[in-house]
Amino acid sequence: MHPVVSTVLQRLGLGAITLFFVSLIIFASISMLPGDFTQAVLGQAATEETVAAFRKELGLDLPAWQRYFDWIGAIATGDLGTSFSGRSASGVDRSRPVADLVAPRLWNTLFLASMTALIAVPLALFLGITTALKRNSVYDRLANATTLTTISFPEFFVAYILIVVLASIFPVFPSLANVTADMPLGERLYKTALPALTLTLVIVAHMMRMTRAAIINLLASPYIEMARLKGVSPTNVILKHALPNAWAPIATVIAFNLAYLVVGVVVVEVVFVYPGIGQLMVDAVTSRDIPVVQACALIFAATYILLNLLADVIGIVTNPRLLHPR
Amino acid sequence: MTTDENPRGEKGDVLLDMRDIRIDGFSDERWHEIIKGVDLTLKRGEVMGLIGESGAGKSTLGKAAMGYAQPGCKIKSGTIMFDGLDLMAMSEPEKQALWGSRIAYVAQSAAASFNPAHRLINQTVEATVGHNVSGEAESKLDAVNLYEALQLPNPDSIGDRYPHQVSGGQLQRIMTAMAMSPRPDLIIFDEPTTALDVTTQVEVLVAMRDIVEKFNTAAIYITHDLAVVAQMADFIKVLRYGEEVEEAETRKMLAEPEMDYTKSLWSVRALEKPEVESDDIVLKIDGVDAAYGNTVKVLHDVTIAIPRGRTVAVVGESGSGKSTTARVITGLLPPMKGQVTFNGQPLPGDLESRNKDQLQRIQMIYQMADTAMNPRQTVGEIIGRPLEFYHGLRGSARNERISELLKLIELDDSFIDRLPSELSGGQKQRICIARALAAEPDVIICDEVTSALDQIVQEGILRLLLRLQKEMGITYLFITHDIAVVKAISDEIVVMFQGKVVEQGLKSEILTPPHPDYTQLLLSSVPEMDPDWLDSLVAERAEA
Repeated sequence: MHPVVSTVLQRLGLGAITLFFVSLIIFASISMLPGDFTQAVLGQAATEETVAAFRKELGLDLPAWQRYFDWIGAIATGDLGTSFSGRSASGVDRSRPVADLVAPRLWNTLFLASMTALIAVPLALFLGITTALKRNSVYDRLANATTLTTISFPEFFVAYILIVVLASIFPVFPSLANVTADMPLGERLYKTALPALTLTLVIVAHMMRMTRAAIINLLASPYIEMARLKGVSPTNVILKHALPNAWAPIATVIAFNLAYLVVGVVVVEVVFVYPGIGQLMVDAVTSRDIPVVQACALIFAATYILLNLLADVIGIVTNPRLLHPR
Repeated sequence: MTTDENPRGEKGDVLLDMRDIRIDGFSDERWHEIIKGVDLTLKRGEVMGLIGESGAGKSTLGKAAMGYAQPGCKIKSGTIMFDGLDLMAMSEPEKQALWGSRIAYVAQSAAASFNPAHRLINQTVEATVGHNVSGEAESKLDAVNLYEALQLPNPDSIGDRYPHQVSGGQLQRIMTAMAMSPRPDLIIFDEPTTALDVTTQVEVLVAMRDIVEKFNTAAIYITHDLAVVAQMADFIKVLRYGEEVEEAETRKMLAEPEMDYTKSLWSVRALEKPEVESDDIVLKIDGVDAAYGNTVKVLHDVTIAIPRGRTVAVVGESGSGKSTTARVITGLLPPMKGQVTFNGQPLPGDLESRNKDQLQRIQMIYQMADTAMNPRQTVGEIIGRPLEFYHGLRGSARNERISELLKLIELDDSFIDRLPSELSGGQKQRICIARALAAEPDVIICDEVTSALDQIVQEGILRLLLRLQKEMGITYLFITHDIAVVKAISDEIVVMFQGKVVEQGLKSEILTPPHPDYTQLLLSSVPEMDPDWLDSLVAERAEA
C-alpha cells in the first residue's frame, strides 16, 4: 500500500478513537449540568412524583453508563435519537427525531460556512502572497493593519457596523438573514451576504498572516536564493518555489478557521437571526434538551477532526518526502 | 545547444572585469565594509580559484560577479563589466535575464539548494526554458546528456526523482548540470564540494572540471581548501578580511607563495606528530553492535582498543558509524551487543546506570561548539558547572580553578563574564575543551572538533590538544574525516566503513601501503597540494 494511503487510514482510525473519547467527555459534562429537562418543563412547583414519573418516561432514571451506551449504540447505527422538546409530563408526545431538527440547521450552517470560505480563503491567500511579495511596503502595512483591525473587534460589533453601513446608510443588503428551506439560491445568497461578509472579516486576518509568514519564512532558504540566481522573477520565486513548500502550515490554519465557521458562529447567527446550528444548540442547552445538545456537540467535534485530518492530508501530499519515499 | 564551441567570443577575451569593488554588510545594527576595494579580471575559458578563510568575503565577491548582493549586503561602489555589459547600471529584471542564462551559480549545499517540491529535471532546465534559451523538450534531452557526461547513474530517469531521493554527491553533479544547461559564459562555483565526503568529492571534482573544459566555460571556483582549488583553477586569488592578499598562476602560488598569510594557509598540513606505541589499554570497545530504534543497525561488531595517553583517530566517511561509536562509549546509546570496558572494568551500557566517577572519566567535545554551549550562560558558568558537579568546588576555589583552566587553554580571566555569542569560533571550541578538562577526565572524545574551523584556527586547536596531552597525559579518541588532521594528531588510526572497523593500527602502518581496498580509496581521495594530483589519480583509477 502506498504510504500516503496507509497514513490517511491511520489518521482516520485515530480520528474515530478521538471522536469516541470526545463523546465520553460530551456525555459526562452534560450529565454534570445542573437541573434537567423535567425541571425545566415542570418548573419549581412540580411534585416529586410527577418529576420522577416524567424522568422515568424520558429514561433519565437509568444509570449513566447505560444511558451512555444506549446513546452511543444508537449513534453507531446512524440514529441521533429523539428530542425531548414536545414531550410533556401528561404523556402527550409531539417530539421529533433529532436528525429532523438538526439537518436543516446544519445545512444552513454549512451553506454560510461555504459561502464565507469561498470569499475568505482565496482573499486571504491572495493577500498573504502579495504582502509576502511586497513585504514592508505601504501595501503590506495597510493590508496587515486593516485585517488586524477587523479581527480585533468582537464579531457582533463588526456585524452591527456592517448593518449600519450596508443595510441602513446604504441599503444594499438586508439586515435579517432569515433564510427558509424553499428559498431560491439567488435570494438565499442575497440574504446571507452580510453574515458571510462579517465572518470573512473575522477570519481573513489569521489565514492571511499565516500565509505571509509561512512564505517569508521560506524566503531565507538556500533554494530560494538559488532560484533568484537562476533569474526567476520575484513573482515566480514565490509562486513556484516558496508556495509549494508552504502548504502544510497554511492548510492547518485554513482548516482551523473553517472549523470555526461551522462551530463558533452562534453570535453572528443571533445578530442576523440566521437559523444555523449554533442557535439550535444554545436553545437546546437552555431547555436541557439533552439529545439535541449531544448531537450538536458530536457534529462539532467531528467537524474539527475531519477538517484537521484534511489539513494533515494536504500537508502529506504536498511533501514530496512523504509522497515519494526514497 | 549541441555545439561545443562558444559562439559568443574567443578564448582569451576579457569576460568579466570588476574594479575597486566595495560591498557593505549589515550586522550588529550597522553597515560594515566587508569587501574593501577588490579587482578581479577573468578571461573566457579561464578558471579562477578564490580562496580564503570564512568571513574573508569569497562568497560575497563571487555573487557580486553576477551583480547580486545577498540579503543584508549592498554593493556600494565599483564597476562590474560582464562581456561589455555594465552590471552596476542594470535594473533587476535586466540582471535576471542574465542570471541562469549567461551566468550560472553552483551553491555549496546542493541538498538545501534544490527545491524539495520539484523534480530534478524540471529544476535543471528551469532557467534554460524560462529564459527562452531553448525549448523544454530539447533542454530536457540535453539535460540527460549532461547527466551522462557527469557520470550520473541512470541519466535517463534520475531527473524524474525528487532531491531527497538522490545522494549529496549526485545532487552536486546535478546542480553542475543545472548550471551548464543554458551553456553560460560564466559559472560561479561556491564551495561546491565542501559538504561532501572525500571519496565523493573526487568524482564531483573530475566531473565539474571536465565539463567546464569541454564547453570552454569561464568559472570562479570559491573554496577554503587549497588542495581542491589546485586541481581546478588556472590561477588563484587569495582573500583575507575582504582584501586581496595575492594572485598568481596556480603552480607558482603553490610553489612559492609570496605573502606570509598565504604560507600560513598551508601550515596545518605541515603539522605532524611522531607516533608512540603503547599497550596500556585504558578504554576498550568490545564486539559492539548498535542500532537506532532497534531497527537500523549502524554498528556491526566494532572492537577498538584505546591506549592510555595516546590519540586514536577514527576516520571514515559520513554514515560510517564514527559518531555512533562515540555515543556508545559515552552511554548515550546503549549497545545491543558487546560492551565497553574502562581500566578493565565493564561500564554500564546506558548513561543513567553509570556512577559519577565513571561519568567524570570520559568527557566529550563536539563539532559545533555553537550548539554545544548554552547561549545564555557565561563562560564562567559553563566551565564552573562540571567543577561543582564532579568536584564540589564552590566560591573562590571554583573561581580560581576557572582561571587556571582558562590559562590552560591560552585565554585569560577577561573571558569569564562573556557569553558564547561574544566569542570567535576558535575561542568557543577552546571553552568546550576547558569544560571537558574541568572534569579532569582520563579520556576525551573529540567528535570532528576542528571540522567547522578555518585552517589557521584548526592548527591552534590541534596544537593545544597536543600540548594538553603531553602535560596531563590525556587520552583522545579523535573522530574526523580529515586525513591532514589525522596525520597531525594521532598515534593510532581506526578506519571505519558502513559501521564496521576496516582496520586498526599504528599511524605509520595504516598510512603505508599495502592497504585494504577501502582504506586505499579513502587515502587516495584526499586532495594533495599538487596541481597534477587529480589527473594522476584519474589515470591510476582508470588503469586499476
